[in-house]
Amino acid sequence: MRRILLILPVVLFTILIGVLAVLTLQTQDGRDPSLIPSALLGKSAPEVNLPAVDGDIPGGFAGTDLRGRVTMVNVFASWCVPCLAEHPLITRLAADGLPVYAINHRDTVPEASKWLKIHGNPFTAVGFDPDGRASVEWGVTGVPETYIINAEGIVTFKHAGPITAKVLKDKILPELRKASE
Amino acid sequence: MKRLLAIFAILAAVSATALVTVTPALAVEPDEVLDDPALEARAREISKVLRCVVCQNQSIDDSHADIARDMRLLVRERLVAGDTDDQTVAHMVARYGDYVLLRPPFQPNTVALWVGPPLMAFVVATLAVLFFRMYQRERQSNANPQPLSPTDRAQLDELVERLAAEPRRPRRRSKLRSELDDPLGSAGSDTGDNGDGDNRAT
Repeated sequence: MRRILLILPVVLFTILIGVLAVLTLQTQDGRDPSLIPSALLGKSAPEVNLPAVDGDIPGGFAGTDLRGRVTMVNVFASWCVPCLAEHPLITRLAADGLPVYAINHRDTVPEASKWLKIHGNPFTAVGFDPDGRASVEWGVTGVPETYIINAEGIVTFKHAGPITAKVLKDKILPELRKASE
Repeated sequence: MKRLLAIFAILAAVSATALVTVTPALAVEPDEVLDDPALEARAREISKVLRCVVCQNQSIDDSHADIARDMRLLVRERLVAGDTDDQTVAHMVARYGDYVLLRPPFQPNTVALWVGPPLMAFVVATLAVLFFRMYQRERQSNANPQPLSPTDRAQLDELVERLAAEPRRPRRRSKLRSELDDPLGSAGSDTGDNGDGDNRAT
């Protein structure tokens, strides 16, 4: 009894250090404790109607547009540099036949039009969200953010931050495949 | 010491006035404020329990982030639409998850969070009591020694006898004693090594 009492604090401390070590090592494998899990996962995509940015940009979409096939929703802004970085990969996904819808987050009509003209517009439709109101419905915490929606209109995946080649290969493509099953 | 006390008193007075007069800068901007003061008061109360999702540890009532503003506006929109406070909070939770609540709810996945700390405190308190009891028991047994067992007694008697039989060693003279007998210190004797200046001179 006495021996156990003396050893117990050491044992508890060792367990604590062990747990913290495991959690710390996980951050090296990409676990980011500051990332918020999306509340939308497994639920249907929000029924928000987004207007078009401008007459010459295909756009405006509603929640019902995201039904019937696997789609991707990308939140972007002309002032967002990481959005520009991921733009070529999104363009490639769209060219491969994936319908990509965009939410233009807190932007202005001239800025957004200019950006799309310069960098190309791969989006099936662009919804204009100048005051961030629709983004809140989607649970957007920052730009860029990407959602995958399956044929039933259920959100199956969310990625916060830019899509890099690694993210595309390790997460987006497998998730797209999963969503289409 | 007196001056130090005076400085402390001044510092305390200054910080006390600072605490009273300085209020945190308001994040709520004039154009957000609702016309109905009762509704606005409710909006402020709700805003205090909702977390700004990009600031991690600030309520949307405190935060100047764009998204916090969007969330404040949504709260007001829900209240104007006739939602109760709970419905408004639930509306935000549906979009951002439990994470949006600064005070996590008590539910299956937060049991460890709520129960853990009191449980740990209980374990530590129990251990402390056990340790204390053990210590006390030890002290008591030291205070009331048990009589020696016959074997112990025999062993002790034998030791005493053996010591008594040994010839007594001569007692060493104390240092003070030898210094008194020989104040100048005889050359080469060990009393000269005590670092005394006089001794070194000789």
